Amino acid sequence: MDLNLLWFGLLGVLLTGYAILDGFDLGVGMLHLRARTDLERRIVMNSIGPLWDGNEVWLVTFGGALFAAFPHTYATAFSAFYLPFMLLLFALIFRAVSMEFRSKRDSTTWRRAWDVAFFGASGLATFLFGVAVGDSMMGLPIGPDMEFQGDLLDLLQPYGLLVGVLVVTTFLMHGSIYLYLKTEGDFQARIHAWMWRTFSVFLTAYIITTAVTLATIPHAISNFTQYPLASVVVLLNILAIANIPRAIYHKRPFYAFVSSAATIAALVFLFGMALFPNLIYSSLNADWSLTIYNSSSSQKTLGIMRNIAFIGMPFVLAYTTIIYWTFRGKVDLGKFSY
Amino acid sequence: MEVHTLLLSRLQFSLTIMFHYIFPPLTIGLGALLVIMESTYMVTKDPRYRAMAKFWTKIFAVSFAMGVASGIVMEFQFGTNWATYSRYVGDVFGSALAAEGIFAFFLESGFLAVLVFGWDRVSDRMHWFSTLMVALGAVFSAIWIVVANSWQQTPAGFHIVGEGIRARAEITDFWTMVFNPSTVHRLLHVLIGAYILGGFFVMSVSAFYVLKKRHLDLARKTFVLGLIVATIFSFAALVSGHFQAVTVSDTQPAKLAAFEGHFHTGTGGSPMTLWGIVDEEEEAVKYSLAIPGLLSWLVSGDASKPITGLDAFSEADRPPVSVPFYTYHLMIALGMYFIFLCLLAWFFYWRRTLFATRWLLWVFVFSVVGPFLANQGGWVAAEVGRQPWIVHKLLRTSDALSKVVRAEQVLASIVLFAVIYIFLFLVWITVLNRKIKAGPGDELSEVEPDSEKWSWIDAAAVRAAPGETSMTGATAEPAERKGS
Ligand code: HDD
Ligand code: HEM
Ligand code: HEM
Repeated sequence: MDLNLLWFGLLGVLLTGYAILDGFDLGVGMLHLRARTDLERRIVMNSIGPLWDGNEVWLVTFGGALFAAFPHTYATAFSAFYLPFMLLLFALIFRAVSMEFRSKRDSTTWRRAWDVAFFGASGLATFLFGVAVGDSMMGLPIGPDMEFQGDLLDLLQPYGLLVGVLVVTTFLMHGSIYLYLKTEGDFQARIHAWMWRTFSVFLTAYIITTAVTLATIPHAISNFTQYPLASVVVLLNILAIANIPRAIYHKRPFYAFVSSAATIAALVFLFGMALFPNLIYSSLNADWSLTIYNSSSSQKTLGIMRNIAFIGMPFVLAYTTIIYWTFRGKVDLGKFSY
Repeated sequence: MEVHTLLLSRLQFSLTIMFHYIFPPLTIGLGALLVIMESTYMVTKDPRYRAMAKFWTKIFAVSFAMGVASGIVMEFQFGTNWATYSRYVGDVFGSALAAEGIFAFFLESGFLAVLVFGWDRVSDRMHWFSTLMVALGAVFSAIWIVVANSWQQTPAGFHIVGEGIRARAEITDFWTMVFNPSTVHRLLHVLIGAYILGGFFVMSVSAFYVLKKRHLDLARKTFVLGLIVATIFSFAALVSGHFQAVTVSDTQPAKLAAFEGHFHTGTGGSPMTLWGIVDEEEEAVKYSLAIPGLLSWLVSGDASKPITGLDAFSEADRPPVSVPFYTYHLMIALGMYFIFLCLLAWFFYWRRTLFATRWLLWVFVFSVVGPFLANQGGWVAAEVGRQPWIVHKLLRTSDALSKVVRAEQVLASIVLFAVIYIFLFLVWITVLNRKIKAGPGDELSEVEPDSEKWSWIDAAAVRAAPGETSMTGATAEPAERKGS
């Protein structure tokens, strides 16, 4: 078995897991200020209270796995995206602590401030993820020594910003469906309207991004000629998107949630297709790109890590299932809630 | 320019790791204590232990969140600031980090949810199991990160491929890499340090309650529990620290020389310096108090055999001396202080006046700062003592930087990190302070006042304060007792 390929796939799995799971967290965070009363806001935060940390671990593990499997990619990408990454870290720090601290005091100012921090941090983190994905789709100015040769402006191209917006709208939609599942009564009725609104914004962003990608990024679709079977995923993606409004309309929010999760999975897959076999495409000279072969660790390490992953994965799935099962159902605020 | 980036990147790494390392030892230590509390509850079914565990869970959760928030920064720093290092060690170091994610963080963060939010949702047995898993997860994460760190102190199980800027280490033997010469001793020492902190932390809060005459019953029991843990591990630190020093003298003699301010190898036995003022210019430790031959005896068992001094290394390969010297001595002095303080407490305990000896309780209230400092000091000594190498004898810290990152960028991020960390630290202290002031009142009110069961901690706590009959601490206590 080609270990490099396997690790490309496993990183895809980790990224997909992260995008689906933390996707709804981040979406919920961006909707937070739309909740009006203190009670509603506590419901919003507690809907993800027990889950967000576990969700974020998918990102941490993605980072660790990228470091181990493709150290050159890890080094090049993270030093290239220096400032955006620092901003991302600030956002993630604030998101984590705003949930922990918000309800620890009764003061309105205190709670307002953390509400805004929670909202802002979730939005910023989501947008930056999107920009990073967009930039990777376009390619970066990578020199022959695997080092980034550009500056901050190379990272803030219109295409990157567009993908940033797409990811924000995707997570907003995903988050609103999740919140709908976790709430009841009047508040839930209002969230119903949010689902429609976020869905239409998402659809618009999706169509524009697809059109721009097809028109301006030729290497993003060149793999489809080589692997025509992958087009099935495009079809599934469209079906999943179409199923979201249908399920909302038929009052089947759970199916809507599954469909939006499938949409996210498909988008990550298409992102992987656009890159493969590169991890960072060099916009200066395609031969300087970092690929899954020239940027990887030794076969021995990839093999060891495969064993680690195969031992660990069943446990991870087991814990995730236990936790989601324990905290299933509507949010109920108790003594131990945020 | 290079120089500035290097200096700033080192500064940034020190800042972020030292901030992060405020929290892990606390969560590792408290986690273990929570397991003891809940296990006692499971065995005795005495609801007061449940109340105790619930209260400490809250403190634990706030600190855990800070650990997570600051830990994510660490995970990505290697790529952002130390790209060349990341390319060099990725093959070896990366797998430890990935294993940490898969084996430790998922376990910790998953079961943390049940631990914190699950009291009313799951059975007692499941809750106990979750607590155990969180404590275990914290230990696993310590294992993997310490493996990675130990490898860069004493590399093993690898070979170098490529040359010049393309050179990198590749694993040849995974288990030799994992069990490199310093892993086991370092891991034990780090865990011991965390358990000492856990013990002192609960003692500090409990002593405060005893002094304020609140929640007396619970506070005494918790204090004794903390004292038992702290005593055992304070002695253990001395033993494990000794083995560490022996390993260091074997694998990183320049570091040991820096720890001891041992500039000249000389002839005959080397002294152990207890304190002094380092003068790097003159290569001497001034005003020092030293025990002749002790260093030689401790390290080799022969008091007359000289220990390698800094003069055995070329100028370019010597670590700085002042910082490792002071931090190392600070750690050891604190270690001795912990042993002394714990023994003193047992003495008063034996005299049955521990909880009436107010000055001693006040000392315990403030002594919690000690283990924080000792843990930080230990790391600073170990890390600065490793300089100028980032990977011992293989890669210099100055060669390990990201090539494309500029000084201004690093400076900007340091300023932001500093501001945020100071702010978060203050918020953390405020919230902690409020939680401690509020106390375990809520949890205790669920417990019936006249539960009669007794357990080993009960028995121990009562011994220390004879004549007390109140079991809840909710009632007022008579003022000063004998002996104060
Ligand atoms: C001896 C223990 C120890 C040491 C030396 C370190 N850590 Fe740590 N770390 C922990 C022990 C720990 C922990 C106890 O497992 C934490 C603290 C609180 C927590 O949530 O988990 C944690 C959290 C934590 C997290 C967040 C995990 C999550 O989201 O749940 C990350 C990404 C890191 N750490 C990464 C690092 C890196 C890259 C380090 C080295 C430079 C490092 N830690 C040093
Ligand atoms: C187990 C994980 C680690 C811990 C707990 C740790 C701990 C520390 C501490 C406490 C310091 C402060 C020293 C000072 O104040 O100067 C420090 C410094 C430093 N560490 Fe580590 N470290 C770890 C891993 C690493 C790794 C993986 C690297 C490689 C990138 C590294 C590189 C450095 C550097 C460059 C400094 C600055 C040294 C100096 O200021 O002289 N450390 N570390
Ligand atoms: C009482 C006597 C002690 C001795 C002789 C001792 C010895 C040592 C030595 C030699 C090192 C350096 C290891 C290396 O660089 O490879 C070290 C590191 C360290 N010490 Fe201690 N220590 C003592 C007490 C303590 C205490 C009480 C704490 C914390 C509460 C502590 C926490 C640490 C930590 C966190 C490190 C860094 C990690 C490591 O390298 O193990 N030590 N200690």
